[in-house]
Amino acid sequence: MIDEAGMAMRIEGLSRTFGPGCARCAGDRESSLERNYCPDCGTVYALRDLSLELYDGEVLGVVGESGSGKSTILNCLYFDLAPTSGSAFISSYRGGERDIFSVSSQERRAIRNRLLGKVYQNPTQGLRMSFSAVSNIAERMIASGSRNVSAMEARAVSLLSHVNIAPLRMREAPERFSGGMQQRVQIAKALSTNPPILLLDEVTTGLDLSVQAKVLDLIKEIQRELGISMLLVSHDLGVIRMLADRTLVMLDGRIVESGLTDQVLEDPQHPYSQELVHSML
Amino acid sequence: MKGRGLYNFAFFDEGSKREIRRAILKAIAIPGYQVPFASREMPIARGWGTGGLQITLSIIGRGDVLKVIDQGSDESVNAVSIKRLVACTTGVETTEETARASIVQSRHRIPEERLRPGQVLVLQVPIPEPLRFVEPSEYATKRLHAEKEYSGAYLALFEEIIRYGRVSTGADHPVMVNGRYVMAPSPIPRFDNPKLDMPEALILLGAGREKKIYAVPPYTRVASLDFEDHPFAVETLEGRRCRICGSEGVYMDEIVDESARSRSWQCNDTAWCAARARASRAPGGNASGGCV
Repeated sequence: MIDEAGMAMRIEGLSRTFGPGCARCAGDRESSLERNYCPDCGTVYALRDLSLELYDGEVLGVVGESGSGKSTILNCLYFDLAPTSGSAFISSYRGGERDIFSVSSQERRAIRNRLLGKVYQNPTQGLRMSFSAVSNIAERMIASGSRNVSAMEARAVSLLSHVNIAPLRMREAPERFSGGMQQRVQIAKALSTNPPILLLDEVTTGLDLSVQAKVLDLIKEIQRELGISMLLVSHDLGVIRMLADRTLVMLDGRIVESGLTDQVLEDPQHPYSQELVHSML
Repeated sequence: MKGRGLYNFAFFDEGSKREIRRAILKAIAIPGYQVPFASREMPIARGWGTGGLQITLSIIGRGDVLKVIDQGSDESVNAVSIKRLVACTTGVETTEETARASIVQSRHRIPEERLRPGQVLVLQVPIPEPLRFVEPSEYATKRLHAEKEYSGAYLALFEEIIRYGRVSTGADHPVMVNGRYVMAPSPIPRFDNPKLDMPEALILLGAGREKKIYAVPPYTRVASLDFEDHPFAVETLEGRRCRICGSEGVYMDEIVDESARSRSWQCNDTAWCAARARASRAPGGNASGGCV
């Protein structure tokens, strides 16, 4: 539970495994696992007893190589994936006293629609590609109980202009948009119900540099204006350096280093963090 | 008749009828809920009314009077074939008069004449899942129903308003049944949706290909989905008058005469139209008497 003022979210002992497990990896994982999987039964330990705290208005960066479990954290938090064990608390949900993984699926849907917003790396996961951009944004509002078309339309139009989608194209389907535009529609959608926490999964990966800069500017601006707490997953240290206040370094499903972003990037302690920072172009 | 004796009464074996009746009873007990059932192979192709036909064959008894219509017409090929199949295997009386029928099987329309207590309306359904358009997975839609999560149905209507400025469902406008389940009313025009609300007759819906049966029991609240600022509205029929019987305010077909470059309107419900036409031809005569 959350008992500290100013804390937006707390994750305790989050684990997620893929596979049946066996006698060997059920015991002492430290010595039996090869990186994050068991060489005997092939079970992958994607997240291993992970705990973290996110504070109000903070951007918490999560870096790590591909397969280190970064996205799995967000997938669990957004209920796209059920955790194997662990709990999470959100200060805006029942005062942070109830583990969000233990509530009913209706409650989970409500948390997803009202308290969390997620921007997926791949826009096809976060958007209905054949529905208009306006409808995509209205979807979350409809799910939160709104039944007024003009109010939802007005909100969608204002959010879309905020993320620089031309008014002419708002009624078009995102399948006809460029990658950067799709990503900006996703951000607008995530913001539509004013969630206190935003989950960002590799938002700029695959976008060209000028579009990346625009998306990053937008996120920075939203964070400054609305004071939303963000959990930002990226393997791009440039993005982390620009946006994150604090940074966690993940390796094989665990956090190996954490601290202020500048500190982690300038003076990395863990051998993997050092390698990561040194391989920055 | 030729079919009698070759087949069991009403074509099906008794076990099949019982199984389908069980599904119907469950459907009545949970208004608007799609009950899966073991849809049989029928002597007509799936998608041609096998769901409705299986319901009709399961509930029909020797004392019943059957009417079958297809898009309002008693005389379309499909309606006649179904009617003949049931009549041949049961020997029940058939009729075109809505008021005389105890079972009315219909495709895409609810008769104009208000159904009475004791009558059963059987509707043929192509796609029973109202959320199919927004969620292709049956596994997912079952969960959405269980959780009463219907934003997808509203989203589909919202998208129409955004694209076309109004709700443009030509048919099959989704309804909320008894405040619990969102239901596809089968492709009836919006004009017929209000007839589903607090009906006096029992309404059974069958989807043979999709293997689902659902129901609106008598006196059940059925509300068409809409938005606060876009309330549900039926098709406008203003200024349309039937060229045969002179009816107004009923659902009309548009008749285009290309050689005369003109168009006119005609009642979609043929039994309604014929009765009105007879009444106007013979003043003082009984509007609902006799066959056409």
